Amino acid sequence: MFETFSYITLQQYWWIIVSLLAALFVFLMFVQGGQTLLYTLGKTEDQRTVLVNLLGRKWELTFTTLVTFGGAFFASFPLFYSTSFGGAYWVWTLILLAFVVQAVSYEYRTKKDNFLGQKTYEALLFVNGLLGTILVGTAVATFFTGSQFSVNKLNLTVLTGDQMPIISVWKGSAYGLEAALNVLNLSLGLAVFFLSRVLAILYFINRISDSEIILRSRKHLLYNAIPFVVFFLVFVISIMLSDGFAVNPIDNNVFMEPYKYLHNLLAMPLVAILFVVGVLLVLGGIILPLVKFEKFQSTGIWLAGIGTVLTVFMLLLLAGFNNTAFYPSEYDLQSSLTIQNSSSSLYTLTVMSYVSLLVPFVLAYIWYVWKSIDNKKIDIAELKSESHVY
Amino acid sequence: MENVDFSLVNWSRAQFALTAMYHYLFVPLTLGLSFIVAFMETLYVRTGNQEWKRITKFWMSLFGINFAIGVATGLILEFEFGTNWSNYSWFVGDIFGAPLAIEGIMAFFMESTFIAVMFFGWNKVSKGFHLTSTWLVAIGSNLSALWILVANAWMQNPVGMEFNPDTARNEMANFWEVLLSDVAINKFLHTVLSAYVLSSVFVIGVSAWFIIKNREYLFAKKSIRVAAVFGLLASFLTVATGDGSARNMAKYQPMKFAAMENLYDGQQNAPLAVIGLLKKNKEELDPRKEDFVFKIEIPNMLSYMAYLDPNAYVPGIHDLVKGNTEHNIISYQERIDKGSVAIKSLADYTNAKKSGNDSLAQVSLTNFKANYAHFGYGYYANRDMNELIPNVPLVFYSFRIMVGLGMHFILLFMVVLYLTRKDKMLSNKVVLYTALWSIPLAYIASELGWVVAEVGRQPWVIQDILPTIAAVSQVNSGSVQLTFWLFFVIFTGLLIAEIKIMTAQIRKGPDELKQTEINHV
Ligand code: HDD
Ligand code: HEM
Ligand code: HEM
Repeated sequence: MFETFSYITLQQYWWIIVSLLAALFVFLMFVQGGQTLLYTLGKTEDQRTVLVNLLGRKWELTFTTLVTFGGAFFASFPLFYSTSFGGAYWVWTLILLAFVVQAVSYEYRTKKDNFLGQKTYEALLFVNGLLGTILVGTAVATFFTGSQFSVNKLNLTVLTGDQMPIISVWKGSAYGLEAALNVLNLSLGLAVFFLSRVLAILYFINRISDSEIILRSRKHLLYNAIPFVVFFLVFVISIMLSDGFAVNPIDNNVFMEPYKYLHNLLAMPLVAILFVVGVLLVLGGIILPLVKFEKFQSTGIWLAGIGTVLTVFMLLLLAGFNNTAFYPSEYDLQSSLTIQNSSSSLYTLTVMSYVSLLVPFVLAYIWYVWKSIDNKKIDIAELKSESHVY
Repeated sequence: MENVDFSLVNWSRAQFALTAMYHYLFVPLTLGLSFIVAFMETLYVRTGNQEWKRITKFWMSLFGINFAIGVATGLILEFEFGTNWSNYSWFVGDIFGAPLAIEGIMAFFMESTFIAVMFFGWNKVSKGFHLTSTWLVAIGSNLSALWILVANAWMQNPVGMEFNPDTARNEMANFWEVLLSDVAINKFLHTVLSAYVLSSVFVIGVSAWFIIKNREYLFAKKSIRVAAVFGLLASFLTVATGDGSARNMAKYQPMKFAAMENLYDGQQNAPLAVIGLLKKNKEELDPRKEDFVFKIEIPNMLSYMAYLDPNAYVPGIHDLVKGNTEHNIISYQERIDKGSVAIKSLADYTNAKKSGNDSLAQVSLTNFKANYAHFGYGYYANRDMNELIPNVPLVFYSFRIMVGLGMHFILLFMVVLYLTRKDKMLSNKVVLYTALWSIPLAYIASELGWVVAEVGRQPWVIQDILPTIAAVSQVNSGSVQLTFWLFFVIFTGLLIAEIKIMTAQIRKGPDELKQTEINHV
């Protein structure tokens, strides 16, 4: 079936899959957001235990989504993988380190003889929540703001002179960390950070039966929602008003086009509508816990969750579709990566597309499993009777 | 090529080796213990015996401690292909990325989802659902090993691909050839089977400790039984697949094979040095008479092992480097010349195409294709040829220690099985202590296996096609050095924590679990 698809269709299909994975990942980073709130919302040891365990049962889902996103991006757009990871070395390395320390922190935090001590593991969870979210947001922002690198496949044949035979060469001064100095990149980073905290709060309200935690969560909802909205709007509005990296479909020449991302939004009405719906759902999710009707108060996470996935998904489609360079180079415009010049071969994309048919099954069993073990709200009494607590 | 930044290449290699070897400290126990736990839970569900449930839960708690850190170290590895081997990631990403992606979609989600049921589902789902989940965790983790090992096998024996000069990369031509190559199948089987051996040794060693401490005899005996049977079966198959790996190596990576055997001058009826002490040589390529200070050998065995024919000719390092017309081996100098032609033709082809010179493009393309098999050697024009020879002593000794330990484990499994049958395990202190001290030995064997496989193929990242010096990312070497030490400190800290927690959990013993047991029977 996929054999009949054209190359460009498959490239678009894979951009959609990668974008969707990224969007799911951003949503699932509510785990990271929650990790930065342990001491804000949990005032007693028991309360923190409830929070940690609630998040701890989901960290693997977030983590595995990150891993799969990496693998899928590698398989479908290898030139992005080599150029960005090998160039923005420090940003990605710090993101990875932030996630490395997370995995063990849950499992080892309260174990006997754990070497580093409970407080250290909690600090590591905080670092993961802070650095992980901000740096991921910053890295995604460079899809719109551009980076400094050059790509030249002929370098492979360079055997003399002072150039090593390396295709992608980073020109940024700090191997990626320079991106964090750009105000726009940083505002998306902070938006993601506050969003992850908002989502965590909504999740707590939905899943915890401890009234004290709920009360505190309500209070902190607004403290985090307001900065999120501000940073997010700053980023989106600036991007819409600034020049974007456009590709001429005839000669593949990359050039700067004023209002490029706004044009993309207008050129793809479905994307525009879903984007707006996504944003509204997030806002709706934030407002729900504050309304009068008790029935709806704990359902904010559903709206905001779906809204987050839609919004991020559509943002990434804006970056890659409609003749746009999704990973632009300011240093050398013509080195910019597009979904066409950075993708795998037709054959590999076809094979991988068959593999992608597994995704609905995977989603189905994940949903089924969590439905069967997450069937009631969590409290300290339940945890005291469990054999595996974090 | 005078432009190579060696400190960058070496730090990148050191960093990859560090993270891979740390990762592999945790991987084999996950692969094997998941099955052992599944066997135990099956016995519980079958017999309804609470003792089996207690046993299952104890080993499962150790599994969880190990799993967390295995996952943490694996994440770095996956992304390191991009961060440290960027040229590689483009040059072969079309083929190599696919297994990594399939691993995520097929295996990692399965593992991480059902592990949640395994740990949190005891009181929430039916016995059958729980048991199925435990089995799916085992299957999922072993599936993840399949895909990563297919990827690794492909680097040792690149098949099912074709170089596309327009995109300057290798493209996949046949997925099934990649998946079902003989190297991939053998590598997968040898690796997972050796992981079962390690896990069985682990379970037996820990159980022996309980017996030494006069605790939990029944628990220990039952655990040992399950592990010894599993381990014995796995270790026979480990030997068989290891033998298969060696034969593949002789066929596809003759230099690695010669290095593993410290064989400098090729010969017919080659003997196998079972044990040997190597002579130190100043220059790899010096002509020499003596390679060993001392050795014990089996006549004809190497020829037989490599080609199933005691008379077969086995090429040595000198034959491979200098060529041997009698046996149809072309010299490295010729390969370097051909590789240089391939690299130059690729440049000519690209430039000719750009300038619209079709006839030149055609000629260059033909030239390129004729010499592509030697592409990687081209990067060694005007370089020291010793760089093309791996570290012989390291590979030689590592191989012998691995194989020797393999024999030791077989013996251990047999003795332990016999003694538990006869209920004599309690009294035999020598066996108990040997079992306990075999745990680190199993880890040593597994790590050394990778040393044989990976150090032996240096300097190739993709055999004959891409050497490390052309695979690396262009980061400054100071950054890589810094991340190396960062990883080193973090991983070592986490490893110490893991070992301490693991031993504390073992000391606590399965008793601790009784309390919750009582609540939930
Ligand atoms: C998918 C591919 C792959 C897989 C599954 C592994 N490796 Fe590997 N290994 C490489 C791909 C690779 C590589 C990218 O090709 C390296 C990096 C630089 C190099 O020369 O080869 C390498 C180098 C490398 C080195 C350094 C050799 C040297 O520089 O002298 C060691 C010791 C190991 N590896 C060990 C391992 C271990 C313990 C693994 C088990 C998890 C492992 N490798 C799996
Ligand atoms: C160099 C290549 C390798 C890479 C890039 C890699 C990558 C990864 C990643 C990203 C994870 C975490 C996945 C998760 O979220 O669960 C992981 C875990 C795992 N890997 Fe690797 N891996 C490599 C080598 C190997 C090898 C050679 C094996 C097996 C023989 C293996 C077996 C496993 C298993 C069983 C896990 C599950 C977690 C655990 O270790 O306890 N990996 N690997
Ligand atoms: C007793 C007979 C054994 C033989 C003949 C044998 C042979 C081999 C060979 C030839 C390789 C290199 C394969 C390559 O370069 O592609 C290898 C690799 C390896 N061995 Fe063994 N081995 C034996 C026992 C063991 C034992 C007991 C363990 C661990 C418990 C083990 C663990 C490994 C591992 C982890 C690798 C790397 C993965 C691979 O390349 O397959 N081996 N073995």
